[in-house]
Amino acid sequence: MTRAFADLHLRVNPKDQRATQQLVTKAARFGYRLISIPFTSKLSEAELTQLKTICSEVGVDFVSRADFHPRSENDLTHFLRKFRRRFEVICVMCDSKEVARQAAKDRRVDLLSFPSFDYHKRFFDRAEAELASCSLAALEVDVKPLLILEGPSRVRLLMSLRREVAIAREFRVPIVVSSGVAEERLMRLPRDLASLAFLFGLDEAQALNAVSTSPAAIVRRNREKLSKRFVAPGITVIKEGKSS
Amino acid sequence: MKRVKRRYLALQLECEGIPTEREFIDAVWAAVTKLYGEVGASLTGLALIDFDVERNVAVLRVSLAALNILRASLATITSVGGKEAAVQVLGISGTLRALYANAK
Repeated sequence: MTRAFADLHLRVNPKDQRATQQLVTKAARFGYRLISIPFTSKLSEAELTQLKTICSEVGVDFVSRADFHPRSENDLTHFLRKFRRRFEVICVMCDSKEVARQAAKDRRVDLLSFPSFDYHKRFFDRAEAELASCSLAALEVDVKPLLILEGPSRVRLLMSLRREVAIAREFRVPIVVSSGVAEERLMRLPRDLASLAFLFGLDEAQALNAVSTSPAAIVRRNREKLSKRFVAPGITVIKEGKSS
Repeated sequence: MKRVKRRYLALQLECEGIPTEREFIDAVWAAVTKLYGEVGASLTGLALIDFDVERNVAVLRVSLAALNILRASLATITSVGGKEAAVQVLGISGTLRALYANAK
């Protein structure tokens, strides 16, 4: 069975149509089936529709995604209440421990992301993993910093990632590896993207799952939840009766 | 002595200019050394078998035990000979004959 590869974090500006078209076309040529470009508040519905059209033209499934940098717990819950039902994937950038804990607890959060350049702000520890394992949130790892950093800063990032990935595996928290790139030259083939995960302790099967099965499962689960037929996990409306 | 198992990798080089064979293999060695150090690089048994300048396709040989080391290192290459570049793995095989047969 062939794997359906996903890159849930292409950071191109969707307003720049030419760059978006090039990146999406390249992703299709590289064999990605699912891609996601984070939504910006300035993006109109028409532009979003156009983005979906560009993706469908090249045979790629577009996943709507929103990234959020909350300042406090209240900020996060307010955002989730407002946007959860509008997007297929919600990623929370955790800048503080308070936000990280709340995001890991909340079942409406799909991806937990931590700053790559400030290792003091990487709060993915055992407590965080335990909360995330109960709420089905996944740990997102962007590989772009591994490509652009050099020397001690890359060593420090790799140390953090190796520790976090080991904790995530212990608590069975899914790991999603994304590119996080905005430039074409930094895009990698899905298997090359997966091979970068060897650097922080994933084996071949786990690395391939992190760029295929894990992100696809999140998208599938959320699409099911967002469909009109969804009632509760495992319960869907299959036929509606007429009201008498 | 136990025979060392090897793998051959076909690589596509995406580069702004036309790099030489020397520049390419130097970039590969630099990437491996940067990530895994000199001792790690010495365990790879890395060798450049073929380099097609026209198509920017290269064939590398590596020991099977160090395949993951090389794959991770190749993915981190962002420049070759001072020009922006990316290396993609087109295929991996245990024999050169199978590698060329799959490439065709």
